[in-house]
Amino acid sequence: MSAAATLDAAKIGPHARVPVLDVRDLSVEFRTRSGLVRALEQVSLAVHRGECVGVVGESGSGKSVTAYAVMRLLDAAGRVTAGDVRFSGIDLLAASDADIADLRGREMSMIFQNPRAALNPIRPVGRQIADVLIRHGGVTRDQAPDRAVQLLAEVGIPDPRRRAHAYPFELSGGMCQRIGIALALACRPALLIADEPTTGLDVTTQAVIMDLVTTLARERGMATVLITHDLGLATEYCDRIVVMHAGHVVESAPTAEIFATPRHPYTAKLIAATPRPGVPLSGLVSIPGNLPDLRATNLAPCRFLARCDRAHADCAVPPLLRQEEEGRMVACRHPL
Amino acid sequence: MTPLLEVTGLHRRFVLPKPGLAQWRAPAPVLHAVDDVSLSVAAGETVGLVGESGCGKSTLARVLARLLDPTEGSIRLNGEEIGSIPAARFGRDATRRAAIQMVFQDAEGSINPRHTAAEAIARPLRQLKGLSGEALRARVTEAATLCGLPTALLSRFPHQLSGGQKARVGIARAIATEPALLVLDEPTSALDVSVQVVILDLLKSLQARMGAAYLFVSHDLNVVRLLCDRVLVMYLGKVMEEGPAEAVFAAPAHPYTRALVGAVSTPGMKRPKRVHLTGEPRSPIDPDPKACRFHGRCPIGTELCARRAPPVHSLPGGRRVACHFPTLPETPANASLEGAPAA
Repeated sequence: MSAAATLDAAKIGPHARVPVLDVRDLSVEFRTRSGLVRALEQVSLAVHRGECVGVVGESGSGKSVTAYAVMRLLDAAGRVTAGDVRFSGIDLLAASDADIADLRGREMSMIFQNPRAALNPIRPVGRQIADVLIRHGGVTRDQAPDRAVQLLAEVGIPDPRRRAHAYPFELSGGMCQRIGIALALACRPALLIADEPTTGLDVTTQAVIMDLVTTLARERGMATVLITHDLGLATEYCDRIVVMHAGHVVESAPTAEIFATPRHPYTAKLIAATPRPGVPLSGLVSIPGNLPDLRATNLAPCRFLARCDRAHADCAVPPLLRQEEEGRMVACRHPL
Repeated sequence: MTPLLEVTGLHRRFVLPKPGLAQWRAPAPVLHAVDDVSLSVAAGETVGLVGESGCGKSTLARVLARLLDPTEGSIRLNGEEIGSIPAARFGRDATRRAAIQMVFQDAEGSINPRHTAAEAIARPLRQLKGLSGEALRARVTEAATLCGLPTALLSRFPHQLSGGQKARVGIARAIATEPALLVLDEPTSALDVSVQVVILDLLKSLQARMGAAYLFVSHDLNVVRLLCDRVLVMYLGKVMEEGPAEAVFAAPAHPYTRALVGAVSTPGMKRPKRVHLTGEPRSPIDPDPKACRFHGRCPIGTELCARRAPPVHSLPGGRRVACHFPTLPETPANASLEGAPAA
C-alpha cells in the first residue's frame, strides 16, 4: 500500500504534498435545550491523494460530526466556532452554499451510515443515481439511465437493469448500501467520506464492498476517510488511523504503528477491549466509565482524564498538550 | 443423559402473499426460514448460532424461545415435547415460560418505554412466579444487583439509561425467573467495544452462578469464539456445519464457514489473503430442495451440488458438516469417515 502511495506521489509531483482534505483545529458546538454541547474541539486531520485514513472511536466521540462539518451538512443547531477546513486548497467553511453544492457529489461525496434512510424512498434507485449524474457528472438526460445501470453493475448488483427500477424498500440492506456507494462514486470524486459503510452488512458482503472502495481509491487516486468503530476493518483498509474520544483527536499514527505501539492510554484500552482471535474473554479489558458530559462548562483539558488510570495532577492543567513526532500525534501529557 | 433442549427436524415456513391477481391460481410462495434443523443443548452449555443476516438464525431463536410456532418438527425441553404447544398458550404457562427466557437484540426497543427498569424486571416475576410486595421487590433488587445494575437506577425509565444499562435491564429481566435456557439474540451488537466486554463478562459469570444454558445468536465470530462451547453455522435456513467452537474456527470443514472465518478481520493484523464469495445468495423463497443452498456462491461447488442436496457427514470430534466436498481436519480418524462421495 505504502509503495503504491509513493509511486503515486512521484507521478503527480510536488502537489501531492498538499493534502486533498486538510482539517485544522476544527471546533463545533451544538446549541441544545439542555445547554451548549462542545461536540468537537480542535480536531485536525489530513488526507492525501490515494490515502485512506480511518477515524475510530466509541459512539459519541464526534466521528460523524467531523464528517458532517467537512461536508457542510451540520444540523442547524450545530455551529463551527473555530478552525479551518480546506479541500484541495478551497476553504470549505467560507465557500458559498452554491459552491459547496457544486463540490458535493462531484468532487467530494459521502457514504452515509444508514443506507436506507439516505436514499429517497419514493424514487427508483436508478433514477436517483441518474439525478446525481445529470446534476454533477455532466451526463445528458438520455445517457444518464444507461450510465446508472453501468454503475450499479460496477458495485456488484446482479441484474442491474431490472434493479434500477426498484425502490429502496424492495432491496436488502446490503443492496441499499451498494446503491449508496454507487451514488457516492458516480462522479468519481477526489474525496470520499465513508461513515460506517459496512455496519449492518454481513462479513462476507462487507469484504466485497470495502474491496470495491479500495480498488476505486487506487484506480482514481481518491482520498478516503473511513469512519468506523471496527478496529479490524480499519486495520485492513487504512494507511493511517485517527482515534477520537469525546470530540478530541487523541492519537493519530500509521496503522501498523498504532497497533504495535499505541501511545495514548485510550487507544491502548480500545485495542485491549476489542475481541480478537487467540484472546480469551479474561484477556479483554473494558474501559471504565463513560464519555464525559460535553455540556459541562468545567470540562478538563483532557477529556479522558476521569477514565484514565495514568492520570497525574498536571493532566488537569490546561492546555491539552499535543505532541507530534515522525508523522504521529498524541494528545497526552504522559503517553505510553 | 437427556440434553436440556433437543430439537429434531425443525422447520419454520412463512407463507407469503401471492405476487398478483394474475397468479391467483398458483400456489402462494413459501419462505423457508428454518429448514430441517436439528440441534441439542446440554444443561449449562453455551451454543453459538452464527450466520449472515437473513439466514434464519433469529427465526430459529424465536421458535426455540417459543415466541413463534414451528411448522414441523419437535422441540423437547428436558425430554418433554414443547414444540406442539401453541406459542400463545406457552406464554401463559408459568413454569414452562419461566424456564426459557430471551434477551433481545435491541435493548432499547424491547423494554416498554413507559415502564421503569424495576417494573421491566418485575413483570415476568409477577406474572410467572406470582411474586408481589416485599418478596417481589427483593427479587428485583437481587436480579438487578446480579447484573451490575445499581439500585439507584431502578426507578429510571429506559430513555434515562445508557446503552449498556439498558442491556443490563434486558438481561436482568430474563434471568429473574431463573430460566434453564436463555436465548440471547445478538445481545451486544448495539454496544461499543468498551461496554461489550463488560456485558460478555457478566453473561459468563451469570452462567457460572446460575448454571443456565445459553443459545447465543450472533454474526460476530470474534464474540462467539469468546463465549461458546459449540457453534452451529447456518446458511439460508440450513445448518451447514456444527461442532466445538475452537475446532470449527481453527479448521472449518464447510466452504461457507471457511469464507465466514476468512472474512473476519483482526485489529492490528493484515490478512494475507481472503476467500471472496461472489454472487448473491439464493432466495429462501421456495428453494430448490434438490440443490445445496450455498450453490452458486460456493467456491468449490460442482454441478453435483445443483442436483443433489448434500448429505450430513459426521466428522471426528463431534462435528457435523453438510457438504459434498468437506475439508477434513487432518487426523488419522479421517479414514473412518462414512458416506463421503467419490471425488
